[in-house]
Amino acid sequence: MKVVVQLFARARELAGSQTVTVDLPEGSSVADLKQSMGEKSPDLRPLLPQLLVAIGTDYATDDAQIREGTDVACFPPVSGG
Amino acid sequence: MVELTHEPIDYTALTERVRSTQAGAVVLFLGTVREMTGDQQTLALDYDAYPEMATSKMEELHAEACERWPITEAGIIHRLGHLELGDISVAVAVSCPHRVQAFEAGRFLIDRLKEVVPIWKQENWADGSTEWVHPGVES
Repeated sequence: MKVVVQLFARARELAGSQTVTVDLPEGSSVADLKQSMGEKSPDLRPLLPQLLVAIGTDYATDDAQIREGTDVACFPPVSGG
Repeated sequence: MVELTHEPIDYTALTERVRSTQAGAVVLFLGTVREMTGDQQTLALDYDAYPEMATSKMEELHAEACERWPITEAGIIHRLGHLELGDISVAVAVSCPHRVQAFEAGRFLIDRLKEVVPIWKQENWADGSTEWVHPGVES
């Protein structure tokens, strides 16, 4: 399945684009997604350990499953306020 | 109520919105753009957000605060875009029957907002460089 990941802040800056699209087997986890993102967009690699992943509008842990068609976003720690 | 806006925050209107004859205390917190961070000088900040998730998380925090404290009314507004020194980036207003509850709930809302709501600030330093702020990540 193709997953279009929205990027924000420094992740967007490093990747040089607002999204990164990765091809994942069904049943892939957030950890698999991060690894594929590093392969697709090597400039993101230094940031990968700290990247947070959201599925829909909720934070997802590394073992969470990615399902086709859900919104996926990826970003470094937040700094609002 | 929770809101993201690109316009200056009308904190007077926000405060009036939470005032109530049921409340004996109103607490207003404002976050403002500070010039100095250690010996580094800020010229301006740019804020970006993942708006759908940021709004959802702010609503969750509002609901959680209302479960934990006897809140009469509460409002959270965060500004996005380009902010100059002294501009207000965030406003949290809480009314409760008594002051201790209002202070605690207001503190909870701003503290948790800074931890979980997907909003980011980018520093525009005086030396002309820019830098996204990501706590715990080396620049």
